[in-house]
Amino acid sequence: MYKYDQYDQQMVDTRVAEFRDQVRRRLSGELTEEQFRPLRLQNGLYLQLHAYMLRVAVPYGTLNSEQMRMLGDIADKYDRGYGHFTTRQNIQYNWIKLEDTPDILADLSTVEMHAIQTSGNCIRNISSDQFAGAAADEVIDPRPYAELLRQWSSFHPEFLTLPRKFKIAVIASETDRAAMKLHDIGIKMVRNDAGEIGAQFYAGGGMGRTPMIAPMIREFVPLDQLITYAEACLRVYNRYGRRDNKYKARIKILVHELGKEEYTRQVEEEFAHLLTQGIEPPLAELERIGAYFQDPPFEIGLADDLDLSDPDFRLWVERNCHAHKAPGYISATVSLKPVGGIPGDASADQIRLMADLGKEYSFDEMRVTHAQNIVFPHVRKADLYALWRKLDAADLGTANIDTVGDIIACPGLDYCSLANARSIPVAQKISERFAAQEKQDALGEMKLKISGCINACGHHHAGHIGILGVDRKGVENYQLLLGGSEAADTSLGQITGPGFDENGIVDAVEKVADVYLREKQGEERFLDTYRRLGMAPFKEALYG
Amino acid sequence: MKILTGNDLKTGAVTWWDGESWSLHVDDAVDVGEGGADIIAREEAARRVFAAYVIDGVQTDEGVRPAHIKDRIRALGPTVRPDLTLKPADPEALNWVI
Repeated sequence: MYKYDQYDQQMVDTRVAEFRDQVRRRLSGELTEEQFRPLRLQNGLYLQLHAYMLRVAVPYGTLNSEQMRMLGDIADKYDRGYGHFTTRQNIQYNWIKLEDTPDILADLSTVEMHAIQTSGNCIRNISSDQFAGAAADEVIDPRPYAELLRQWSSFHPEFLTLPRKFKIAVIASETDRAAMKLHDIGIKMVRNDAGEIGAQFYAGGGMGRTPMIAPMIREFVPLDQLITYAEACLRVYNRYGRRDNKYKARIKILVHELGKEEYTRQVEEEFAHLLTQGIEPPLAELERIGAYFQDPPFEIGLADDLDLSDPDFRLWVERNCHAHKAPGYISATVSLKPVGGIPGDASADQIRLMADLGKEYSFDEMRVTHAQNIVFPHVRKADLYALWRKLDAADLGTANIDTVGDIIACPGLDYCSLANARSIPVAQKISERFAAQEKQDALGEMKLKISGCINACGHHHAGHIGILGVDRKGVENYQLLLGGSEAADTSLGQITGPGFDENGIVDAVEKVADVYLREKQGEERFLDTYRRLGMAPFKEALYG
Repeated sequence: MKILTGNDLKTGAVTWWDGESWSLHVDDAVDVGEGGADIIAREEAARRVFAAYVIDGVQTDEGVRPAHIKDRIRALGPTVRPDLTLKPADPEALNWVI
């Protein structure tokens, strides 16, 4: 894992001191709310429905046990005993006091964490594959490149006041586990025919009110030009992105309106100019960063077999574990979606337990996934049963990854001031409706995602089944979408028709599931069946 | 009726104008009529509240209730965590929110 150098630490500590003074000035009346608001947002402090909310960055979703333990301690000390893991691999606290915030940021700084650039029109936390550095199918560990981009984008003076927020994802596998094409810039690390590693760039993706899939704009950028090309992409956006209308200000609108070819032409022109300016960090810096992401000391010669005689453990292994590149090891996903639970929420005790288990069983390393779960990336198969037993005892052993119970849901109207409808109660009811093992087995992979408003923090456009909460004259109403995907076969869901009320949407999901079970052929996933049949049989079942 | 809500500057807690001061309980809210803007200006200047705004309220047998669901959830707390609402021991509390 990356470790702060003196510059990183000094930057974060200086920011904490600066914000402490800004809070003091706000509380003393030297700053008005209008003056203070952009300052607090730059430090991840929002005002939400019930209180201040603090969003803490987890760079590319990677954290160690000391950091995870601190997240649990903050939940206890400053919040109400829990945290909410988000779809951008961050964590949010819902009940923060302004007067406590400088102390929280100071505590975070002691474990090399912060909340900088988790809000505002800047480059946000870089996200990545939760199995980075562990997956058997990756070309290379994408995290050193994500870290280089993090350093480049942190406090980048030119990109702190972009037309709108800007999100970047970096992956290195054919299997996209980070919704890469639904980011402002998606980067896929690839190997070319000459065996060299480079970056494939996608630009102009996003969800929100105008969902778009990012087109590829450059097939291969050499490693020694990675930052220069990213800078060119940002410069063209910063120069021509709309600032007159916030709903048309994201890069996806610019790429769409210019067209991929024209946007790419301008990026290439800017890129050629920047290459003469020598802005690329030396490769030695990338090598320095890369040294922090060396494999942990995997044991050699471990057996690959698992004792699956416990049926509950067997199910958990089948659903929650992922192939590891090292023989004898496996990656395990902790579901934060118990039946009827709140997706992404974990108590302080659960967070601290995961910290302890990460240290004991996963080389002191964990990941936050964009699906609001936690990963232990490097677990010895021989230890897996013991790990699962301890997780299960803490209500963290649910076996449902990528099933209908593994629902992504934004905080919705229960917490969010932008939301139009509640997301969590719908997720809870669907989770309970499909709780039976046999139902989940029959349905197989079925990704269900719920957003409480058009901003799409719950990724509803990309769900095999998506749900969007809207406000109909003061009453919650839920639109149903089918056919989305955020994997390598990225697609956007289509609305089925008129919306449903809170109970009606649960029934509607069940009707959709029934059509799938009736019509599926062979091993088809729900998404495959939908793509084969189209919307018609599902609409017929829903609206007759 | 028009009622006035905002957030406590230090804690961020949702508060309601009770005619003299700010209360955590929407039951204490009073009709501010057309006077909301003046109260907001005065109270925000005194840093007793921020992000204040006027909303429609309804006088019910149980007390004053915000007209819109978003403000009713603000008034009580998250519907999915009754233990964190202002009335954790009242199983009926959520009935007037939804």
